[in-house]
Amino acid sequence: MSEFVFKPFEEMTPEDYAVVGFKSGLEIHQQLLTEKKLFCRCPAGRYSTTYDAEILRHMRPTLSELGEYDGTALMEFKTKKEIIYRINRDTVCTYEMDDTPPFMIDEDALDIALGIGMLYDCIMVDELHIARKQYLDGSIPTGFQRTTIVGVDGKIPYKDRFIRIVQLGLEEDACREVSDVGHRRTYLTDRLGIPLIETVTAPDMKTPHEVAEVAQMLRRIVRSTGKVRTGTGAAREDVNVSVTGGTRVEIKGVPRIPRIPLLTYNEGMRQWNLLRLRAELARRGITAQTFAAASEDITKVFRKTQFLSIQSALAKGMTVYGVRLNGFKDLLRWQTQTNTTFSQEISDRVRVIACLTTLPNMVHSDSPGEALTSAEWQMAKKTLNTGDEDALVIVWGPEADAKLGAQEVIIRAKEATIGVPSETRQALKDGTNGFERILPGPNRMYPDTDLPPKSITTERLERIRAKLPPYIMTRERWYKEIGVPADLIQFLSVSPFANLFERCANDWDLSPKLVSVVLVQYPKRLKKKGLPVEKLNEETLEAVLKAVKEGKIFKEGLLPLLEQVLASGKNLDELLLPKATERELRESIEQVVMSLKNRKFAGEESRMRRAMGLLMEKWRGRMEGTAAALKLSLFLKEGQQ
Amino acid sequence: MTETNLYKGYKGRALEVLKHFRAEVWSEVKITTTKGEYTGIILPRSQADDPLHIVLKLRSGYNIGIAAGSVTAVEIQGRKEAHYKIPEKEFPYDPKKPRVKLLGTGGTIASRLDYRTGEVIPAFSPGELYGSVPELADICNLETEKLFGVFSENMGPEQYIGTAQAIGREIEKGVHGIVIGHGTDTMHHTAAILSFMVQNSPIPIVMVGSQRSSDRPSSDAALNLMHSVKTAAESDIAEVMVCMFGPTSDIYGLLHRGTRVRKMHSSYRSTFRTIGDIPIAMVSRDKITPLRQDYKRRRNDKNVVINTAFEEKVSIVYYYPNMKPDIIDSLIDNGYRGIVIAGTGLGHVNKPLYPALKRAQDRKIAVYMTVQTLWGYVQMYVYDTGRDMMELGVIPGANMLPEVAYVKLAWVLGQTNDLDEVMKMMLTPIAGETTEREPSNGYLIFQGGVPEVEEFISKYRK
Repeated sequence: MSEFVFKPFEEMTPEDYAVVGFKSGLEIHQQLLTEKKLFCRCPAGRYSTTYDAEILRHMRPTLSELGEYDGTALMEFKTKKEIIYRINRDTVCTYEMDDTPPFMIDEDALDIALGIGMLYDCIMVDELHIARKQYLDGSIPTGFQRTTIVGVDGKIPYKDRFIRIVQLGLEEDACREVSDVGHRRTYLTDRLGIPLIETVTAPDMKTPHEVAEVAQMLRRIVRSTGKVRTGTGAAREDVNVSVTGGTRVEIKGVPRIPRIPLLTYNEGMRQWNLLRLRAELARRGITAQTFAAASEDITKVFRKTQFLSIQSALAKGMTVYGVRLNGFKDLLRWQTQTNTTFSQEISDRVRVIACLTTLPNMVHSDSPGEALTSAEWQMAKKTLNTGDEDALVIVWGPEADAKLGAQEVIIRAKEATIGVPSETRQALKDGTNGFERILPGPNRMYPDTDLPPKSITTERLERIRAKLPPYIMTRERWYKEIGVPADLIQFLSVSPFANLFERCANDWDLSPKLVSVVLVQYPKRLKKKGLPVEKLNEETLEAVLKAVKEGKIFKEGLLPLLEQVLASGKNLDELLLPKATERELRESIEQVVMSLKNRKFAGEESRMRRAMGLLMEKWRGRMEGTAAALKLSLFLKEGQQ
Repeated sequence: MTETNLYKGYKGRALEVLKHFRAEVWSEVKITTTKGEYTGIILPRSQADDPLHIVLKLRSGYNIGIAAGSVTAVEIQGRKEAHYKIPEKEFPYDPKKPRVKLLGTGGTIASRLDYRTGEVIPAFSPGELYGSVPELADICNLETEKLFGVFSENMGPEQYIGTAQAIGREIEKGVHGIVIGHGTDTMHHTAAILSFMVQNSPIPIVMVGSQRSSDRPSSDAALNLMHSVKTAAESDIAEVMVCMFGPTSDIYGLLHRGTRVRKMHSSYRSTFRTIGDIPIAMVSRDKITPLRQDYKRRRNDKNVVINTAFEEKVSIVYYYPNMKPDIIDSLIDNGYRGIVIAGTGLGHVNKPLYPALKRAQDRKIAVYMTVQTLWGYVQMYVYDTGRDMMELGVIPGANMLPEVAYVKLAWVLGQTNDLDEVMKMMLTPIAGETTEREPSNGYLIFQGGVPEVEEFISKYRK
């Protein structure tokens, strides 16, 4: 293994990432914009935190193909969680509660997914098979997610290469977690069942920045259809990271793409440092075979403790366990991520699996701190025969949990001799990540016997293909060629009005620059003024642009006109006044010049500006600016003569 | 291996293509099509599916169907046939724990799924059950016997009789309680007939099933099994009962009397309800809480009476407006000896049926009236039409549920042809099938939307 040591985030170069063999792939979950949920007829996309009823369930692991319990399953079973589902009648029916079998798949959702699959250049599946993907954390009341593959083997161009799309799935969204304290986890069920696509890329990204860039690209591609949901939580990224010698680790629930680089950097560093830790253990002669540890109930040591956490635990009749990790001295302080040490890996496991959720949930001899007195440490070490080369970890909680916690300390410490455990990890705000659960095996997929296979006809695919937006990169190249301002290109290509733009630029021969400004910038400006831009539909925009094309209005008048439309709620026709006639303009110019006649100005130029201002106020959009200015300046000059 | 097995489930074009490439099911293959390449394992196909697609399990675990017509090449790389088996662990024996016998009739109370084909494999031996629900060992010493392997809708006289006889044998052997695994669809029919065929049982006889199969993490099977085994092992209720979820939440089960219970929802977990009365008890993993005291108590003797009489020529007629007499006539013409009518309201049918009822009376066919409202009693005196029908020999069946009246009439007619004797037996309750009174809490159908009910539901996780 290379001697390389991770540098601070900003100093890492692509070459550094190449040295550690950084590889990353994405799994992007994107909600689809459908009226209904995927397997029932509840409304999709309606959220509320109020609820009418609660139900309680437990999840039991089912046996895997080989008759073994899946690692994740076992872990979730160990936690013995009570799962509470909050039910809102308006958003949830008996299907989501797992009391009614599924209804047939939502055809709109399927159309959208198939369309996106074609944008990814996937091989589209001829016949869909709905599968059940087990989830034992309770996030889905059935204990599995209904999911299906619609396309495989796609690709999108990136830099000088392609990023491979392994598969595109269509599946139902899971519950929103409300809380997870002790042995009780609570979920809101409103999001459950909303159609979602899952885009899985190959681990083709070589640096943290590439991961973020590709995530952005994929996001823009799906948005270009105008048929996906936007807003908080509508798109969520999972990132897979590995380094040479490491393991594929999945970081779940990255809420925003800009967080990806730091998160993936930290995961790369974590894996690298865990591999270095393994090397250090090996140097000390500790391998999976020689690893030794012991645990014991040491409650009696703390009868009189002043350490508040343990004191209050004991007051509730709880138990304290000590764990001796042979030869681990100082290794609990081993750095894993930025400002994070190996002890955190252990504490996370204890928290998640033994449900010791009140923090701190452990202390250890590598950073004794102020918590326990040295006498207490001495006593605890003595009770457990802890030698100078050993580390001691102390956990506390209800008897069964504390015991399980002690076992987990040993399990995680032993895994350090193997390297990087297969885990699903959770993105944290500071850019590091924490343990969520053991990475599930491939055996958690099995066929959904409740639904028949569904054949996808060529006619269906062709019908969808005919309405697809051109591939986003093609679009953007074309924008560039025809002179859309560079800062607008990326917005326009995913704008819901991209098709309108094409009509304007191709069929009506309007200036691409003008149209792109109207379609991209104007809504933003109007929004800043607090106007209800959501009412600005394609129809209205098409009408105003048509008015420009037909010469009924000048471009200067567009923004004020749209502003009036939104503010007054009036019809466009009512607001679209006729152009100024030559005579009207002439009269106005005379009036304006007269009104300013006795005013003093710094110069003729500012007189001209003021006059033009007044003229615009009256005729904006109904006269052509340049021509009017020319007329005005001629008139002024005439007046001087 | 036969060809059918080599290409299991395939037919038509798909079968031709697989045969052409000699790609049997379970082959690991690379399939080239006009669209692209796929790698995976060829799976058996369900018989009901179309003849046009080949099912492939991808490495990711997902299955997809490939249009057989688009296949241009198949490269066979290996073979990966999977045989699934429930892991067996020896069920621990504890001399201090009671003996419970689990009789299987074919329902899949415990099962697991063949992950590739979706086929359900039942778990049944004590070892398999212990492998799936280890908690059972904390309750009892479990023995099992598979009586039949039929789906619930295929249960019939042969199975009823076989089960009743098996119960008699087990009581003779001295078990502490019996659990009967059964599909849920007709569990209440079986519960009712066993209530008649097994008289004077000294021990609990508990029927149990599941609404969500046990291959699902959210299954109700494990908890139902625990509840039923606990009831069989520990309760002092020596009756035939159905033990299924009380609420949809994993909180407790209800013990329903075998003659008053009915499946009331096609898919809900808490589908079984006691009709016209309240359940006998609640059961949780910790305790059994009786809700009433008028149940038969557990005894130490073995004085059970098994009476397996059953006349098959009995039918239920579910009356609907505009029913024509030929429905009744055809039963008469086909030699039926007993008819249970589920009538409207208090127990009515329309006048055009009267001549047919008269024919039935003349042929000495036993005709009993029940109500399709399920709740409430038959009362044929209130309206003239009711009196007319009684004149025609229709006998009011009190508050016997239609299905219960059906199995009881079959049981009674299996014992006697004497219509007076039949009537006497039909109207004398043997196992709570009719009750003298309906308690005021015997009709509580929560009606959603009503504020009190909503408050209750939101508070108690129903």
